[in-house]
Amino acid sequence: MTRLLAALLLLLPVAARAEGMPQLDFSTPLTISQVVWGALIFIVLYILTSRVALPRVGSVLEERAAHIGRDLEVARVAKTEADTAVAELTRATAEAHAGAQAQIAQALETAKAAAAEQAAQINARLDSQIAAAEQRIGAARAAALGALGQVAAETAHAVVDRLTGGAVEGGVVDRAVAASLAQRRPSVA
Amino acid sequence: MAASGTIDALSQFKLHTVFGPIGASVNFTQANLFMVIAGVLTLALLWYGMRPRAMVPGRFQSAAEMAYQAVMSMCVDTIGPEGKKFFPFIFTLFFFILLGNLLGVWPYDFTFTSHIAVTLAMALFVIFLVTVVALRIHGLHFFSYFMPSGVPVALAPLLIPIEILSYLSRIISLSVRLFANMMAGHVMLDVFGAFVVMLGSAGLIGYFPAAFALAVNVALIGFEILVATLQAYVFAILTCIYLHDAVHLH
Repeated sequence: MTRLLAALLLLLPVAARAEGMPQLDFSTPLTISQVVWGALIFIVLYILTSRVALPRVGSVLEERAAHIGRDLEVARVAKTEADTAVAELTRATAEAHAGAQAQIAQALETAKAAAAEQAAQINARLDSQIAAAEQRIGAARAAALGALGQVAAETAHAVVDRLTGGAVEGGVVDRAVAASLAQRRPSVA
Repeated sequence: MAASGTIDALSQFKLHTVFGPIGASVNFTQANLFMVIAGVLTLALLWYGMRPRAMVPGRFQSAAEMAYQAVMSMCVDTIGPEGKKFFPFIFTLFFFILLGNLLGVWPYDFTFTSHIAVTLAMALFVIFLVTVVALRIHGLHFFSYFMPSGVPVALAPLLIPIEILSYLSRIISLSVRLFANMMAGHVMLDVFGAFVVMLGSAGLIGYFPAAFALAVNVALIGFEILVATLQAYVFAILTCIYLHDAVHLH
């Protein structure tokens, strides 16, 4: 295509000489007048473009750039705030966790101490009860052993009376019973 | 176009005045009319596109913003941070040429960039601007631009004329590139369009080649849209490069 154009361009001067290129026809004033008018039109266009039209575009573009910049700044601030909040939250969570752990440990400690104290109290009470009970048992046994001598003496009196018909004196029986009891006591106790 | 069997591909570039006697009295041509249309379209894109001033732009506003940012990045990337000062000029220049080129692809429209007088005037102004900028920033030191550092002094008589010539030839390359591209494209469109009419009227035998010529023209239209955009971009980016040289001296 370019070769075709080049060939045509080479032919142009020939054609121009033959028919006369209107572009090089300076016999008509229009060839020059179009340039003068063109210069005027271009100057007016330049003034309108540079003073009115382009600043309009430029202001919108600047506005947009400023708006985007502002939004980015706001987003950056928000992000910083969010980061701080997250850090605060993490710290607070950790703190609460540690506090709760301490409380749990303390409560456990208290409960253990209370339980130990209660157990000690119960043990003491039980011990005293056991001791009291043992004392009562001991007293009861002593009482029972005391009564045994009297019962043995009365039984011996009755048996001797029946056998002898009151011939034997009461003092003799009592002494015999006491001696017999004293002889047996160690094995009973 | 195909008057009396000959292909007249050049009459499409002929200038005439518009708006009747009023236009005729001030020599206001159809080229100038399309310059005004190109300017109005540029301003309309920016004005109506930016009317919503939306934070999230719609389609039209996006187009306006993309145009702004594309030219802005072209200026800043090519010239450097100083490019912002030249942004309104580059923007105007780029859209003036772009719409001039693109409007020309539309049938019956006139392509003012296909006139060497117009493109030459623009190129002259660009070189004038570049030189003024360079002189204002660097003063007389600007002339060291024509004598690259590290070159033996003995070569100066040879090198300086070459450098000056290459500097001045920017005017020619800038103007002829745009003019020739636009003109060549429109001549081709006209020639193949004339083929369609001539072959089509030649009877049954001509139908197939006429259809082929029409297909070529369809492809050419697409090619022309590419060229129109590309040449506007080339003109603008070369202006940026020259301004970079002016600001930074190499």
